[in-house]
Amino acid sequence: MKRSFRTPQDNWIVWLLFALPAVVVYAVFMAFPVVNSMRLSFFSGSGYSLNNFVGFDNYVRLFTDSEISKRFWCAFRNNWIFFGITMLVQNSIGLLFALILTGKPLKGKGFFRTIIFIPVTLSVLVTGYIWKLILNPQWGALNILLSKIGLSSLALPWLGDPRSALVAVTLVSAWQWVGMPTMMFIAGLERIPEDLFESAQIDGAGIWRIFAKVKLPLLMPIVGIVTVLTFVGNFNAFDVVYAMEGANGPPDYSTDLMGTFFYRTGIAGQHPVGIPDMGLGAAVATVTFLVLFAGILIAGRLTGERNEDPGRSGAERRA
Amino acid sequence: MRASIGIRDRSKPFKYLALGLWSLLVLFPLWTMLVNSFKFKNDIYLDPFGLPRAFNIGGYQTVFHNSPFPRYFLNSLVVTVVSIALILFLGSLAAYSCVRWRSRLARWIYLFFVAGLTVPIKIGSVNLLQIMISLGLLDTTMSVVPVYVAMGLPIAVYTLFEFIRGLPEELTEAALIDGTGPFRIYRSIIVPLVRPALATVAIFNLVPIWNDLWFPLIFIRKDDQRTLILGVTRLFGEYQTDWSKILAVLSLSCVPVILLYLAMAKQFIAGLTAGAVKG
Repeated sequence: MKRSFRTPQDNWIVWLLFALPAVVVYAVFMAFPVVNSMRLSFFSGSGYSLNNFVGFDNYVRLFTDSEISKRFWCAFRNNWIFFGITMLVQNSIGLLFALILTGKPLKGKGFFRTIIFIPVTLSVLVTGYIWKLILNPQWGALNILLSKIGLSSLALPWLGDPRSALVAVTLVSAWQWVGMPTMMFIAGLERIPEDLFESAQIDGAGIWRIFAKVKLPLLMPIVGIVTVLTFVGNFNAFDVVYAMEGANGPPDYSTDLMGTFFYRTGIAGQHPVGIPDMGLGAAVATVTFLVLFAGILIAGRLTGERNEDPGRSGAERRA
Repeated sequence: MRASIGIRDRSKPFKYLALGLWSLLVLFPLWTMLVNSFKFKNDIYLDPFGLPRAFNIGGYQTVFHNSPFPRYFLNSLVVTVVSIALILFLGSLAAYSCVRWRSRLARWIYLFFVAGLTVPIKIGSVNLLQIMISLGLLDTTMSVVPVYVAMGLPIAVYTLFEFIRGLPEELTEAALIDGTGPFRIYRSIIVPLVRPALATVAIFNLVPIWNDLWFPLIFIRKDDQRTLILGVTRLFGEYQTDWSKILAVLSLSCVPVILLYLAMAKQFIAGLTAGAVKG
């Protein structure tokens, strides 16, 4: 800006007043509570007020109390399984659809894009309930369908069996979110200059070679963003389990995740605590935050090294 | 790719098969929900997939005339509209200030917002619950609004900052020489120009706010203060076997979003993925 004349540009009070309302709301209702919840993990108290400083006591209980630590590690482990299956199923299906929808001419591309993305716009609670009804072992639509086509041996209580419940819940979550990686991979693939494929094709490279040698390396930054988004989303997941199974993560805690464990300890006061234990809840939230933070750093390291484009680091920060 | 036109694409049937099967998998649950919401109980058991033989709108009638759901719907509408209006207004003012205010403080304010893009606000739930109690907002519909606004501001400031920075400065300078005040410039020059970015930010926030369960669940227990999604959690407790009612409520809570989405699918897809890929 040329400083040849004095303008209201120099009036810092006006600019401060413009920024202030947003800064105040964001600081009071987001930045402060997030930081303060970590501080509160060092306190205990009764009801909703926490005023006894107890040092690391909440963390000690979280990791050593037999019942609490058992539930914590169970939820932690389940959450990793949830994440693993999501990466495997949701994100590879997303990549596959993105490759199909950006590849050779195909009728109805726009139609399929629209359909694939529908569930993303719906409430997780509502889709969770719909799938719970469909999967009901007695009168659910899935089992009626299975017995109609002669596969009634597959008509099982998927949500009631500890061996299959977590997988079923994860697949419903993958069904819901598959549109996200699909659209992100499409955006990434559309940015790859077309002559790159053409020269590879002229060199006689097949579809698989073009994918492995040209497309995938160029997609690595998007793979990183998708991984981070999935990771953050999965370790904050709550609604899907709450809708399909309940806050206790039944059957036998097999669908208990960090989100449901946090809800029970810090907010609702259900097993393994009798009444809301907000200090312990704050400790659970802090541990979740540290796990997320470490995960984001590692994912950024793994996929970020391949590109030195400075514009990219901004995108990763945001994801 | 264009070079391959004319050569038959042998993988085409498999592509259609994959996309077609997935489309069925997406539409099947929604179809089942919708058609059965219009059926009588016996017909649901007899034929859960076909069109209703006889229309039963009893479920919808009870929902509209004799249930708290219209109230929940209204609560959600107010929460969503107020939150998004505030996000757009406060966010664009702050973004405008961050772009045009040449000072180190403005740079820090911008970075303060950007830092919030990665942090899931749920981490702060324990303290937010205490804040709502001390503000006397617990058990009120409006308690969720400040949280949603705070949650939406980082992406709003980030997106609008980029957009406003891309505007030619001459546009505002001309007005400045005429002695127009900054708020006039904001209202009559900046806002009309950033409208596309405002739409993106609005859509990005619309879906998570309308669909949110977590904050209503932990803040609101009073019946008439519930949002629609929190209201839906009551379904299975209270209307255990009233299928047409359960399905009517589920249909009513997603059909508006689906219709809005179908009307502006492009903007929705762009808006909802905007937070992630733009680098």
